[in-house]
Amino acid sequence: MEPAFAILIGLFFSVAVYLLMSRQLVRVLLGVAIFGNAVNLLIFTSGRLLREVPPVIPAALQVPDVTIANPLPQALILTAIVISFSFFAFLLVLAYRAYQELGTDNVVEMRVAEPTGETAPPQGY
Amino acid sequence: MRTVIFRTIAPYLAALMVLFSIFVLLRGHNEPGGGFIGGLIAASAFAIYGIGCGVAAVRRAITFHPMSIAAAGLFLGGVSGLPSLFTGQPFMTSQWWYVHMLGVEVPLSTPLFFDIGVYLVVVGAITSIALGLEERESD
Amino acid sequence: MAASDYPVDLSQAMRMDPVPPGDWLIVAPLLITILGGALCLMTRKNTDAQPKVAIIFLTLLVLACAGLLARVLDKGVLTMVAGNWLPPFGIAFTVDAMGATLALVSSIVALAAAVFGINDIDKSGRRYGFYPFLLLLMTGVCGAFLTGDIFNLYVWFEVLLISSFGMLVLGNERAQLDGAVKYALLNIVATTLFLIATGLLYGILGTLNMADIARKAAAGGFEGPLMTVAVLYFLAFAMKAAAFPVNFWLPASYHTPRIVVAALFAGLLTKVGVYALLRIFGVLLPDARLMLSDLIAVVAIATMLTGVIGALAQTDLRRLLGFLVISGIGSMLAGLAIGTAPAMAGAIFYAVHSILVMTALYMAAGVMRALGGSYSMRELGGLYRASPVLAAVFLMLAFAVSGLPPFSGFWPKVLLVDAALQDGHGWIAGAILLTGLLTTIAVGRVWIYAFWRGGAEGTADGQLTATLVVPDEVRGPGVWLPIGLLLGLVVLIGLQPEFMMQVAQRGALTLVEPLGYLRSVFGDTVQ
Repeated sequence: MEPAFAILIGLFFSVAVYLLMSRQLVRVLLGVAIFGNAVNLLIFTSGRLLREVPPVIPAALQVPDVTIANPLPQALILTAIVISFSFFAFLLVLAYRAYQELGTDNVVEMRVAEPTGETAPPQGY
Repeated sequence: MRTVIFRTIAPYLAALMVLFSIFVLLRGHNEPGGGFIGGLIAASAFAIYGIGCGVAAVRRAITFHPMSIAAAGLFLGGVSGLPSLFTGQPFMTSQWWYVHMLGVEVPLSTPLFFDIGVYLVVVGAITSIALGLEERESD
Repeated sequence: MAASDYPVDLSQAMRMDPVPPGDWLIVAPLLITILGGALCLMTRKNTDAQPKVAIIFLTLLVLACAGLLARVLDKGVLTMVAGNWLPPFGIAFTVDAMGATLALVSSIVALAAAVFGINDIDKSGRRYGFYPFLLLLMTGVCGAFLTGDIFNLYVWFEVLLISSFGMLVLGNERAQLDGAVKYALLNIVATTLFLIATGLLYGILGTLNMADIARKAAAGGFEGPLMTVAVLYFLAFAMKAAAFPVNFWLPASYHTPRIVVAALFAGLLTKVGVYALLRIFGVLLPDARLMLSDLIAVVAIATMLTGVIGALAQTDLRRLLGFLVISGIGSMLAGLAIGTAPAMAGAIFYAVHSILVMTALYMAAGVMRALGGSYSMRELGGLYRASPVLAAVFLMLAFAVSGLPPFSGFWPKVLLVDAALQDGHGWIAGAILLTGLLTTIAVGRVWIYAFWRGGAEGTADGQLTATLVVPDEVRGPGVWLPIGLLLGLVVLIGLQPEFMMQVAQRGALTLVEPLGYLRSVFGDTVQ
């Protein structure tokens, strides 16, 4: 299963990078969302893929008696999902506000903080 | 969205969902559930109530500002790591107390309080975002 | 259900020996900032009480970090595993001299910023949550310095990042939104790269505990895959630290927020990236550092020189300082590139110096703006007459940032140049010295234009056209106390460098020879 997942992850990453390089902020945001999901899938795969046996230890035992799914990547992904979700929410609001204030969603035209045609510092008094 | 049916149902639905979220929160220690998912259920209850009856009604109903609720949860979560200081164990080590109430043994533990903290953080943060977005739509 | 229903032998999963209460100092910085941040957030509406609560908690933080550093110097590397699980299963906090020192200096800077913010942050900024964000930012910063778990490091990075977003857009001006878009996007890409590398590392070694990673990586067998991980980490943290050629987000955003926010960011955020690089390439993947050292050296030199040349080309004071932050990152990376114990000590020392001096410079720039009405070098002038004290303060900070004695910038540069020459890296030494010279020119020119000449551009020689009114907002202890505190430390470290030198060497020793680090986590049996 891992090779198929590796190809899928690669596909996710290439789509994400393509979108991230776009000039439209909305596309960049979509790229960020796909980027995050690609990483989640990557972590899931690097925890090794198994048939779904829930990682629950029976009450009488100290160690599980069958091979169970690795719970750690799932915990990591849950953390990563929560974080990337909150980032995405922030970015959406930020992009919307930036669009309202700056009147453009083209990142090349967003030059309020770094105006073009800045002069060099003074050379003498 | 503000049909008569929805407006009539929304308060009952929200109350039911909040009750269910507390059930999910409490069963979370040994079975699927817990503070995070419980908090999400409660937050969606408030969001539904907000869609049905308006954001002002939700803010009145929950008394405190959502961010204050989240802060209280953060505080509770932080404090629940502290009791192990007094038993010579590291930060966040779980402590259990078995309390007998009305003939029933009730296990209380620091993970429970931590989970309640998580619940409040999630309720506060998500409700804050949801209400913010709903307010923007209405004006 | 009572506990007796499960006949579980806890000694197989948990440490049974008691933990001395003093070890709680390891998590004290996190507890203080989280609880303080929560309290501040609850009292968000009470704008008068907020600074007081924040200052009380940040003072506690400084004390806790000082106690932690003292304990680390006394007992060596300290470890506490959350929840008492046996390592590597629990989330470990492992503190060495480097982490404790950086946490202490950061908390001092945060305290200074909290005091400076009383004047700089107005009521609406406070209601928006400047002080809660400040405390939660410190949670992230301290957590990153103190953690011993690589995924936990990622979480702390996100905590500080999301707090920094909040602070960056405080005020909602157009330029801020523009800067925040670039800052947010590039930092999210950087943390995502960090997460990719961590996922791959977990896939290769099956562990996330830093000491365990160091142990398993040293055992060999995965050189190729680990190299990929190392390069990803390098790119991710170079982006965080604003190293060339992934530094462009910093000068695009750091000049947009309130000056106290910019001061805090310039002091702290990039250094957390440098810290992560030192930790990962020192302790976790030392073999990869050896192979990458030439690349790191090239990046370091390019960062130093592009930073300072960028500074020379700026008219806006804040953007000039932003480029100087980048230039300083280059010097720290040079220490990592050389990789010997003295070089690492130089990098740690430089980080301490840079945290103090960059924050103080931004604060001084804020005062200059209040006096002269602008950040532009063309419009400033004659400030010497308005505030001779500020002229002296800025001159001292300018000397310090250029690495001239007797200030804190001198000693780390001595360490770095000496280490470079001893290890046969003459070109790194040359680049550090050249950067020092160019920095002197860049900041010296600011001083001449802003303080020495009589007024704005076009004023004739000998004329004084600047207004000499000192506005109320820069009177009083709220402005001068934090600047004085930071400047005092800069001078003190410059005159009495022995203590810092010793601490930096202790930190560097853990990086170069991490046995003490491993033993602190796994007990004395580790070879």
